Amino acid sequence: MSILPQLAFVLILGIAGYILSKRIKFLRRNILLGKAETRNDQSESRWKTMMLVAFGQQKMFKRIVPAFLHLLIYVGFLVINLEVLEFILDGIIGSHRLFAPVLGGLYTTAINMFEFLAVAVLVSCVAFLIRRNVMKVERFTKPELKGWPAMDANLILVIEIILMFAILTMNATDQILANREDGHYLALGTLFFSSMLMPIFEGMSDGALVFTERFAWWFHIVGILAFAIYVTYSKHLHIFLAFPNTWYSNLKAKGEMINMPEVTNEVNMMLGIPVETSSDVSAEIGRFGAKDVNDLSWINVLNAYSCTECGRCTAECPANLTGKKLSPRKIMMDVRDRVEEVGKSIDAGGAGFEDGKSLLGDYITKEEINACTSCNACVEACPVNIDPLAIILQMRRYVAMEESGTPAQWNAMFQNMETSFSPWKFSPSDRFNWAEKVKEEEMM
Amino acid sequence: MAEMSTNGQTPEVLFWVGCAGSFDERYKAVTQAFVKILNKVGVSFAVLGPEEACTGDPARRAGNEFLFQMQAVANIQVMNGYEVKKVVTACPHCFNTIKNEYPALGGNYDVIHHSQFLQQLINEGKVTLKGGGEFKGKKITFHDSCYLGRANSVYEAPREVIKALDVELVEMKRCKTKGLCCGAGGAQMFKEPEPGKKDINIERTEEALATGASTIAVGCPFCLTMMTDGVKNQNREADVKVYDLAEMIAKDMGI
Repeated sequence: MSILPQLAFVLILGIAGYILSKRIKFLRRNILLGKAETRNDQSESRWKTMMLVAFGQQKMFKRIVPAFLHLLIYVGFLVINLEVLEFILDGIIGSHRLFAPVLGGLYTTAINMFEFLAVAVLVSCVAFLIRRNVMKVERFTKPELKGWPAMDANLILVIEIILMFAILTMNATDQILANREDGHYLALGTLFFSSMLMPIFEGMSDGALVFTERFAWWFHIVGILAFAIYVTYSKHLHIFLAFPNTWYSNLKAKGEMINMPEVTNEVNMMLGIPVETSSDVSAEIGRFGAKDVNDLSWINVLNAYSCTECGRCTAECPANLTGKKLSPRKIMMDVRDRVEEVGKSIDAGGAGFEDGKSLLGDYITKEEINACTSCNACVEACPVNIDPLAIILQMRRYVAMEESGTPAQWNAMFQNMETSFSPWKFSPSDRFNWAEKVKEEEMM
Repeated sequence: MAEMSTNGQTPEVLFWVGCAGSFDERYKAVTQAFVKILNKVGVSFAVLGPEEACTGDPARRAGNEFLFQMQAVANIQVMNGYEVKKVVTACPHCFNTIKNEYPALGGNYDVIHHSQFLQQLINEGKVTLKGGGEFKGKKITFHDSCYLGRANSVYEAPREVIKALDVELVEMKRCKTKGLCCGAGGAQMFKEPEPGKKDINIERTEEALATGASTIAVGCPFCLTMMTDGVKNQNREADVKVYDLAEMIAKDMGI
């Protein structure tokens, strides 16, 4: 036998590995364009959150139909990838179904299970295509999905369907050849699903069958490698990033806004309170709040790369529901688009962050961030614990403190608070007036 | 508080009234109702009166961190000066800010929302409800406030308080973790909404009215305003009332 296929396989594997490692470095660097933040306390709850939310898909089950379909694809992905191990070993060694003689009957059971999952994935992907393109589920028809994001979603589903067909075709032709006692191919006993495809290929010559079987094998493995690279360009990154993303979840009460120690120092000085020179206040204060992605924390950027654009956040957002421009999903997509733009520019020796553009202004407008009620519905809804609210609030800080660009009514509220310690214009000395009525009643 | 302090008394709990509780014409009734309950039960409590300032919540949510911290640090100085240990408040925004955000600025207190406080009083048998008041057997729905619910995971206390009134508690489709905001959080209370096709409080009020409830119970001053406005907008103020939990308990107690 020629060693050529093995060489070709190793070469393809090497190229794919190289491209993938470049892509991973690019993504990692982009995520770290965000500001440093340490969030690794309570490691026990972090592992638990990751196991429940990412591995166990806990939050998906708020919507049972997509949760079930998604579960099939997810389990299919995890389990069918076990077979990829055999593919790779076969490819390198030049063997065929390396594990079959070792595992015996167990191998047939395993392949049957893979075939069942392949069919389940196929059916789920078709159902998802229908939900997106025929039923037009509302959250998949929002403006931010127009163009590439909608295409990306459909491409992923179509690629998965084709890959699953490749597996089934491969098994069907493989078993016809085995039944013809080819010698190289091993009879595995009944393969429930692919045997249904056998009639299509029965009439083919041995040569055509070998070609089809080999074509399906190569198509599947090269397809998977290509898909792995494609994922790094796609919203589909959540299949990997959901895990670190949930590990780095915010474990504090959702209502808490992170403190700005650099402001605390100034406030203490203004109020004449002795200022401790604490080490956690960095000497160089950048901007207050966030104008661009490098003002955000790296966890915010990780959030953006983990977003698969399902839109559950936007579907729960009170502002979006009532027709305001704000869409939490768009916030996440914008952060990702902006960091990609800057990352590419840096790599090309371009202007990077100094390109005259910024996240706030060129991607996200004030109208959007001003519409947020900070109700945490988006945070609660996200199946992988993304926090769009944290980003919105950091941008509001930039607008208020660096630009003094908050809406006039908020400025009036600020003034009231400065002069009479209440958001409304009342005299502080009237704060206790409500008690008079209670006193009167209790006197009687 | 100042008075008690000069007399050498230490109250068990500080009642944080909040700006709406002090100034809002409608919401002052909630403050009064809660204080009447506390007096009736004989809880040793104090208020800061003119020494209280806004917690700074709306300033922080609108992005003005300086103003927030100015308010917060001043409040913490006052509270630490009186050696306050425990705080109860009827406002979920004050509750969230004092409980979660003051510790980073040196204010550490045991903070509870009045729904939790009322639940404790009921469980301990200190508040005995007649259960025959104007709410008996009526359909009541509870509107979760974001800063009590999702922000701090308090869902059951207000519901336990309502159930103690011997009423029929009906839930809206979007409740608890999925509760829909009234539209006032994140400093929205203090400005007009952005352009859209509907106001959030109308959307929420329609949902509340769809339950057929004759009373919409709330546990937040902003929600009270938004839901009351919503009911007026739907011309239902004659048959649907919006009440705070404390008002409902006080009514039942006949005070």
